[in-house]
Amino acid sequence: MLFMLMTWLLILPVLVILVLLIIRGGPAISWAFLTEFPSNGMTEGGIFPALLGTLFLVSLALVFSVPLGIAAAIYLSEYAADNWLTRAINLAIINLAGVPSIVHALFGVGAFVIFLQFGTSILASSLTLAIMTLPVVIVATKESLQSVPHAFREACWSMGATRWQTIRRIVLPNAVSGILTGVILEVSRTAGETAPIMFTGAAFFLPFLPETVFDQTMALSLHLFVVSTQVPDVPEHLPYGVALLLIGIVLSMNALSIGFRVYLRNKKKW
Amino acid sequence: MSKKTNLLEVRDLSIHYSGNTILKDVTLDVRKNEIFGIIGPSGSGKTSFLKAVNRMDELTSGMSTTGSIRFHGYDTSAWKNLFSLRKKIGVVFPLPVGLPLSIYENVAFAPRIAGTRNKTDLDRIVERCLKRAALWDEVKDRLDSLGSLLSGGQQQRLTIARALSQEPDLLMLDEFSIAVDPVTTMRIEDVLRELKKEVSIILVTNLVQQAERLADRTSFFLNGEQVETGITEDIFNGRATDQRTIDYVEGRFG
Repeated sequence: MLFMLMTWLLILPVLVILVLLIIRGGPAISWAFLTEFPSNGMTEGGIFPALLGTLFLVSLALVFSVPLGIAAAIYLSEYAADNWLTRAINLAIINLAGVPSIVHALFGVGAFVIFLQFGTSILASSLTLAIMTLPVVIVATKESLQSVPHAFREACWSMGATRWQTIRRIVLPNAVSGILTGVILEVSRTAGETAPIMFTGAAFFLPFLPETVFDQTMALSLHLFVVSTQVPDVPEHLPYGVALLLIGIVLSMNALSIGFRVYLRNKKKW
Repeated sequence: MSKKTNLLEVRDLSIHYSGNTILKDVTLDVRKNEIFGIIGPSGSGKTSFLKAVNRMDELTSGMSTTGSIRFHGYDTSAWKNLFSLRKKIGVVFPLPVGLPLSIYENVAFAPRIAGTRNKTDLDRIVERCLKRAALWDEVKDRLDSLGSLLSGGQQQRLTIARALSQEPDLLMLDEFSIAVDPVTTMRIEDVLRELKKEVSIILVTNLVQQAERLADRTSFFLNGEQVETGITEDIFNGRATDQRTIDYVEGRFG
């Protein structure tokens, strides 16, 4: 009884936030809201450039982090010997996941904006996001690789299969759903991050869309911060609308990943 | 016995795991077309012996060997291509392993990685191996279903079919009947008697009667020591030279 009460207490804030957002922000959502530029000092109009910007940032971050993360996880899970170096790398990955996002942001400024001279740009922002979410991809991939029983690998090796043939034909095909789950979770985390992009490439307001990866862009999360705190005389429904959209994207991504996991469970192959 | 009839020649083989000696000074020959039984209680080093033969030890960290193993007359430690060595040696593990592929693809796995692409060739290999493993009649109508979802006894025969698909010269079975019902065990034993005509077999087993039924010659391992090796009939009919062997096969310990 007590535990049930506690559970409800945990669920309550989520429900309140959602209901509040839907009631206050729901009326703001419209086709025009999604497809128009902000106007009149960001107190009117839509959020199109921010929505598109978030899409750009997330996709480009995935382009960097997914191949790198999967490759690193395959190395750590399938090739690396169990020695102090491997353990140090694993520890570093766990610690990387615990670094506050503002620290990642400052690292991004130093490494990508200044040192590599990408300037404040989509590229610099995406790279910062990619580094920040790399541990998510690595850990999820490693776990799904290791959920494939070791006996399968030994059976393949005993038939003269190389490590790579074993990985490609047996291990990866059976880990791919788990890896996808991790990638989707990464998307939802990337979409909501604000700190790493506000110093590295996200703009307060831009009257035009970015043309190359070296341009700045608007982004939903920063736009929410801006319209909530930085711009005077914003009608109340506008920030609620942005928040609803953002949380909608994140929650639907999470739902997709849960769906994948259920699908995975029903499709057990051994 | 001329040298040519020996497929595998093991001389003074010792196996160490991170400083501990698991098996010491094993010397034995496995002849062509014989079933060579290895009996002994668990922990006697039987499985480590198999892992040393197909050099699975190189995947298990901390294992090292001294002495020599010659396969087809060539020292395996000098064998240039580890993978081609493993292809010549089929292994069946204690627990059945049906790969999470279709029954067909389970058996076609080794031929495929060896470069066989032709569908007719693959069909022929799959049918031949499944028949030799006495599984064909039970699965011929559902070759597309998952091999990993077959029953334990069927999976073990699938494992044998897979081991045969690589056309090995030596088949090593490690306590294959541990997860298999008695009827299937008998069927597999019949299969092994047939297979002996084409390949050499090392049969590692906990069941002394199984070695008595199948093996031409038998070796008794105890606590990492090769106690004695001889013709199976001698070992089991009280003509063993070591008292420990007699005690073990008569069930006084182990």
